[in-house]
Amino acid sequence: MNAPTEPRAWGHRAADRAHRHARAAAELGSALSGKVVAATHAVALLNAVLEAGDRVCLEGNNQKQADFLAQALVQVDPQRVHDLHMVQSVLALPEHLDVFENGLAKRLDFSFSGPQGARLAKLVSAGQIEIGAIHTYLELFARYFIDLTPKLALVAAQAADAEGNLYTGPNTEDTPAIVEATAFSGGIVIAQVNELVDGRSTHLPRVDVPAGWVDFVIAAPRPNFIEPLFTRDPAQLSAIQVLMAMMAIRGIYAEYGVQRLNHGIGFDTAAIELLLPTYGESLGLKGKICKHWALNPHPTLIPAIEAGWVESVHSFGSELGMENYIRARSDVFFTGADGSLRSNRAFCQAAGHYACDLFIGSTLQMDLQGNSSTATLDRISGFGGAPNMGADARGRRHASPAWLKAGEQARAGRAGAAGTPRGQKLVVQMVETFREHMQPAFVETLDAWTLQRQSGMALPPIMIYGEDVTHVLTEEGIANLLLCRNDEEREQAIRGVAGYTTVGLQRDTRAVENLRDRGVIRRAADLGIDPRDATRNLLAARSMRDLVRASGGLYDPPRRFRNW
Amino acid sequence: MSDMLPGIEVLSYSFTGQHRPGPFSPVLVGVVGSGNLEVMLEPADGPACTVQVETSARGFGEIWQAVLRDFHRRHPLAGVRVSIHDMGATPAVVGLRLDQAVSELKHP
Repeated sequence: MNAPTEPRAWGHRAADRAHRHARAAAELGSALSGKVVAATHAVALLNAVLEAGDRVCLEGNNQKQADFLAQALVQVDPQRVHDLHMVQSVLALPEHLDVFENGLAKRLDFSFSGPQGARLAKLVSAGQIEIGAIHTYLELFARYFIDLTPKLALVAAQAADAEGNLYTGPNTEDTPAIVEATAFSGGIVIAQVNELVDGRSTHLPRVDVPAGWVDFVIAAPRPNFIEPLFTRDPAQLSAIQVLMAMMAIRGIYAEYGVQRLNHGIGFDTAAIELLLPTYGESLGLKGKICKHWALNPHPTLIPAIEAGWVESVHSFGSELGMENYIRARSDVFFTGADGSLRSNRAFCQAAGHYACDLFIGSTLQMDLQGNSSTATLDRISGFGGAPNMGADARGRRHASPAWLKAGEQARAGRAGAAGTPRGQKLVVQMVETFREHMQPAFVETLDAWTLQRQSGMALPPIMIYGEDVTHVLTEEGIANLLLCRNDEEREQAIRGVAGYTTVGLQRDTRAVENLRDRGVIRRAADLGIDPRDATRNLLAARSMRDLVRASGGLYDPPRRFRNW
Repeated sequence: MSDMLPGIEVLSYSFTGQHRPGPFSPVLVGVVGSGNLEVMLEPADGPACTVQVETSARGFGEIWQAVLRDFHRRHPLAGVRVSIHDMGATPAVVGLRLDQAVSELKHP
């Protein structure tokens, strides 16, 4: 006869949370006052609330970092606390990898690791880190609600009050997604803040995270680390980048009537932003393109905003130095009643996926199917937001002229399921044929395949799949992959804009000429552009000082950009 | 024979052209800086368009050949000597400077 089964107990999460709180209270004593913990006791707090095997989200965003909490985490006792599973958007700080070398953490799920890519690769091959998976941002946030829910969230906010309400302000970024998943699954939320307001002489400008979602607040000794990642000095833009930007505006934005878009990070897109008020104006395009943006507050968009091109911008995060400009342009940016920016990476990623008609960005390598990757040998850099922004949104149902036109081009002449009428998002990969040190951007085989072998990944880390790429834009012209009917045409279309790289020199000349006749490849001349007109004089701002002047003095560049 | 700086690669090409510009003063465009080049056009005797490249970026002879061949297809000059001082410009910049030089030749 079977032994009677014990009735299942259903209060584990609540009990677990209560135990951790009890340990914290016992450990901290008078260093804990309500929710406020003295900075000197940050390590003691973490030792108390953490357990071996916990899943921890340490707020490593693209821009802001919970750096004080990261520094505390690496000091936790690895005898007690080990085999942590780290889940975070970005590996930015050395401490983000120190937790693995210190024996505190074992497993990692993340999205982007730019600054730490080389060190990450070393730790992986030394067996000190197991990578669960590399994600795109929105995908990682989604998993916080399914199978990667954090037990502990270590976040960064601008300010808190004694109750634990948080003001995250312009750099709200990933915090709402992280905190919601953690707080509503019995997890523990700890926030480092730059300022504790007393509620008498100082107040929170607004509440971004309600106190009920927050367990502990620590006033950090230094303001949290933030990087101005999206600032580009116009003085560094070249004539070739101006030429490519002209082709983007004429050959794609004007051609499809792109009103809603996202620009990937980089100099190439900065050049487009700076050509709207000049070249775009000369083509009579104001009001016909570029009204609505999913975009961080790029300083290089200032001239276009001032000239009346931009109706709205929703942002993933903020950008250092842009705060006062944003305040003064609340008609354009998403700002609170307090006047400061409210950013939200999860919502902006969703907006870029479903509510934009075009994504355009750069890459490091592309193969003959149009697959592109920023993975290079010995660096595991990850993807960031590109896979989400640069993917066709197959769930989308509302129509726009650009989306319908792209969809018609892709499906013309196709039958069956693949020919069912639908729109398609424009996904443009914009790259010079040669990178620095004459490294070709076009290759037969991506480094991503070698990286897959080296690190034992299930798939090569491809950032944007060729099937989603609609246009490849180089200094040699635009290849419209929507008009390619098979893999051979796609290959020759890419070779046809790959210039003097080995891949480009090996083109089938007749096939490429045929593609040009059909308009699959369009060169600058076909777009009515004389390359000799592509000079820096066409840029609406040619220096950081020009940007400041265009903003009426409201833009205040970080010191490293003050070169006048 | 001039003294070459160590590390500079010298490449020479010759193309048979059809269009002989009238007598002209030498044309100079561009500047020798990182990623840039200067291009000079001078009148020469004979039917050829000769090109001499002095470059700090060694080992790219094949690409220079292709770039200059395409340049000469666009502008089949005869009786012209082209001199290039290059400091690692990409083919895109090289093509642009060559076209700029020819443009100055036609519209001084």
